[in-house]
Amino acid sequence: MDPYYKTDDLGRFADMGKDAPHLWEKFQAWYQAVFTEGALTEREKALIALAVSHAVQCPYCIDAYSQGCLEKGADLEQMTEAVHVAAAIRGGASLVHGVQMRNHVHKLGM
Amino acid sequence: MGCRCATTSTNWGCSSLALTQLASSLRKRGHPLAAAADQRGLLRSLPLSRTFKTALNDAGVGPLRRSCATILQMNLGKRCNQTCRHCHVDAGPDRQEVMQDRVLETCLSLLQSSGDIATVDLTGGAPELHPRFREIVRRARDLNRRVIDRCNLTITLLPNYADLPEFFAAHQVEVVASLPWYAPKQTDAQRGGGVFEASVAALQNFNRLGYGQAGTGLVLNLVTNPAGAFLPAGQKALEREWKLQLERRYGITFNALYTITNMPVSRFLEFLVDSGNLGNYMDRLLAAFNPASIEGLMCRSTLSIGWDGQVYDCDFNQMLEMPRSESLPMLIDQSLENREVLVGEHCFGCTAGSGSSCGGATVKGEHAA
Repeated sequence: MDPYYKTDDLGRFADMGKDAPHLWEKFQAWYQAVFTEGALTEREKALIALAVSHAVQCPYCIDAYSQGCLEKGADLEQMTEAVHVAAAIRGGASLVHGVQMRNHVHKLGM
Repeated sequence: MGCRCATTSTNWGCSSLALTQLASSLRKRGHPLAAAADQRGLLRSLPLSRTFKTALNDAGVGPLRRSCATILQMNLGKRCNQTCRHCHVDAGPDRQEVMQDRVLETCLSLLQSSGDIATVDLTGGAPELHPRFREIVRRARDLNRRVIDRCNLTITLLPNYADLPEFFAAHQVEVVASLPWYAPKQTDAQRGGGVFEASVAALQNFNRLGYGQAGTGLVLNLVTNPAGAFLPAGQKALEREWKLQLERRYGITFNALYTITNMPVSRFLEFLVDSGNLGNYMDRLLAAFNPASIEGLMCRSTLSIGWDGQVYDCDFNQMLEMPRSESLPMLIDQSLENREVLVGEHCFGCTAGSGSSCGGATVKGEHAA
């Protein structure tokens, strides 16, 4: 069976502009503005993007921002810590719902 | 501690410095890419979307022509105490080539006769290993030229060369030092085990002498090449980060950081082939082609002289054995201004993103394209 995700498809991202060019252009302009240095550096933004890529589990984003982080001056230690931040929030998000579980159990229990 | 940094044929006095070599030179290993013709053939055989000449023409900036030569870059030889994995010179302890005396003298005559050449850029290999290195520095300084030494840092920890920092300070030599990253892992992966620790010690020593300190006039610039098949980060942003990190971690200060793109030449070409990255890396360079990088390219203003006296537009053409037709003595009487630069597909390395040269990014004060 063909893999559902194909590496080459990342390079075809711009195909999304073919049937809605005005929306694609707006997305492109916004996207570029988002990643331009502002209050945060380009390196910091790339690290956030890498962490979010893992949180949303997008293989295209992970490929793109693994290289992107390196090309903005991050190293593997910083990138690994960023992924841990994403993982910690995902894990914490599950765990904090345990309070809801406890509330429910305590309501039902004696 | 035993010497692990050199072959037994050297007398560098490396008794106190233990560096682990990553590999020997391509030449010593008898690797096919040791031959410049084979490197050129490999680059020509790649299915690239366009040639470098076409890219220049498409952008309306071709052909690439030289401007007035202001830098004389003398490659003093291929000998080095390190065998860095990305080295485009294929330098190493096993290489014996050093600039010949007649070539040296002609270079100095050229300096004497040319008012335009303000800078002498000494490179190698480790240029300091040339037996007449100190004499070359003195004579170039006597001619009132700015002298740059491209220093691998660890050389200054070898006993026979430990006086170099003081010598440089006494002669106001500008030091351009190689350091791929401000942490050990990436540095040692590219340059050899123990190189980072030794480089930090060397930089701290330069700082003690006033190098990289405000008001001393002693310039210490760092050069970083990416430790892998990717483009360097924006030079200004990276410099800010490096200054913070090196000061915080090791108390090191420096003047400027130069980012240099790794060229698909020699041992970095070998790495690209072996790691399966060659096609993607070349595609990355082509996609990042930036016409704004052209004006500041070093091939326009540098005379690159090989150890054997051949004249090149740049150090990369030198390693790919693409010499100019003009001989070194001819340069004393004639300018190369407006003559066409010899180009090849490797030139995409210097025109990607913010551009790349021996002085770092060629598009100043911007972000990588």
